[in-house]
Amino acid sequence: MAVEGAVASRSGLRSALPLLAPAYLWLTVAIFLPLSAMVFFSFMTELPLSGKPWAFTLGNYAAFFSQSLYLTLLLASLRLGLEVTLWCVVIGYPAAYVLAKVLKGRSREAIFLLVILPFWSNGLVRIFSWAMVLRQGGILDTALNAVLPFKINIDLMYSYPAVIIGLVHSYVPYMVLTCYLTLQAIDDSLIEAGRSLGASRLQVLKRVIIPLSMPGLVAGAALIFVPVVGSFMEPRILGGRTGTFYGTVIEDQFVAVFNWPLGAALSFILLAVVLVILAVASPVLRRAA
Amino acid sequence: MMTTRILEGLGRLYVGLLLAFLYLPIIIMALMSFNVSPFYQLPFEWTTEWYTSLWQDDQIIAATWNSLEIAIITTIICVVLGSAASLALFRYEFRGKKVLHALLFPPIAIPWLITGTAMLIFFFGVGIGRGLFAILLGHVALALPYVIVVVSARLQTFAPELEEAARSLGANQWQVTRRVTLPWIMPGVIAGGLFAFAVSFDQFVVSYFLATPGQTTLPVEIYAAIRKGFTPEINAVSTIIIVVSMALMLLTARFFKFGGEK
Repeated sequence: MAVEGAVASRSGLRSALPLLAPAYLWLTVAIFLPLSAMVFFSFMTELPLSGKPWAFTLGNYAAFFSQSLYLTLLLASLRLGLEVTLWCVVIGYPAAYVLAKVLKGRSREAIFLLVILPFWSNGLVRIFSWAMVLRQGGILDTALNAVLPFKINIDLMYSYPAVIIGLVHSYVPYMVLTCYLTLQAIDDSLIEAGRSLGASRLQVLKRVIIPLSMPGLVAGAALIFVPVVGSFMEPRILGGRTGTFYGTVIEDQFVAVFNWPLGAALSFILLAVVLVILAVASPVLRRAA
Repeated sequence: MMTTRILEGLGRLYVGLLLAFLYLPIIIMALMSFNVSPFYQLPFEWTTEWYTSLWQDDQIIAATWNSLEIAIITTIICVVLGSAASLALFRYEFRGKKVLHALLFPPIAIPWLITGTAMLIFFFGVGIGRGLFAILLGHVALALPYVIVVVSARLQTFAPELEEAARSLGANQWQVTRRVTLPWIMPGVIAGGLFAFAVSFDQFVVSYFLATPGQTTLPVEIYAAIRKGFTPEINAVSTIIIVVSMALMLLTARFFKFGGEK
């Protein structure tokens, strides 16, 4: 039986290979080799092929650890990721709950689609749309001054809150989506049982609903936290001078300063941080899947 | 009973507020593309001037064509390679299959900033350089895992016995695939293709690092324009992009249920 299985397995690979090879070759050339090359180049003084002499060095990593600037920026980006994730939980979770447990039938389907639709439209354009709303003399400013009896100046543009608002707007549909999927899988009779046994609404929420939907929360958090830590376009457009983060510094190394080896080292450090975060989240995610 | 109804009412109101938060900025941006004032001044006066001037902007037009071409080629390549790979992963048993599934994860999970800069370094290093071909290489790699995941999900609902039956009735491998398997997974293939188109057409980060001044895509061109200063023309082109990508996703939703139920 075991021998038979091994034979089947070998012939399986032979038949599968022609179908698999093109896709995985492409992924290798355009994703896996580049990531390996990035690690390699991060240990060099200059890019080879640029004509200049090059040598192996640890200097790019030394730069990260010796200049507090990079570490400070990485911490700022991690804090940004944490804040955006928390806001997405606070804003997205209740909405996911209403979608999963209050709305029914066609209206639920329609509203669910409406929530995740913007998510699949261009992120850059959505960030730009916030610039329209937030700038001084913009819509928020005009609208508030039309309603309020006293004059206030709203100029959130080019500030930290503007970056937070733009990023939360971009990523909150992720949280709604993942939480909705786990919340709607919770059997209503569990909630009813808890209630009929005398638990208050808050107790049911704390003891039944939140624990059971934890995988959705963790999945959403990972899906939001990781890209936010690596964001650079959003802080640039909405943050202006206050929008310097780890991601924007990496961008600078590649498009402004042209110190690619340092950029590669900074990217690789970010990748390591991201992988650690995903590794921590993965046991919960695997239980969800 | 009373409290339940009040709470449910509040819940609905809350979802309404969330939708307003999600859509108001986009609607405002779109409205401003039809406003006369180049400095976004109110009162609102209707015009389509910004759309006509867009039509005469050669750079934007060229970038739009590039974006469309790359998105279409990406879609075709991803659908063919992705469906083939999904079929192989579904049909055959072999060692290392789990690894192949796991390898789909990094391109989706690693921030595009890292993937994009890594591609830039590697393509430059091996002599591919930057430009439209490099962008196409990158886009296909980014979209391929999504297509494989979506088509594989559809294959999960396919009964392998159908292939057995067709084979026992004398169909060869190609006939089985074309007549039995492909028609069944078609909704997944179409949804995957629309996904691939959207991933490519909306892609900014990776394109940004791989573009050169002459060979660029629409989002990269818009980013450059935004950094120069805001103009209603950017609103106009942004409005077009938003409408196109939302229409695409509505189309995708027809073929593929996101909710996971029904």
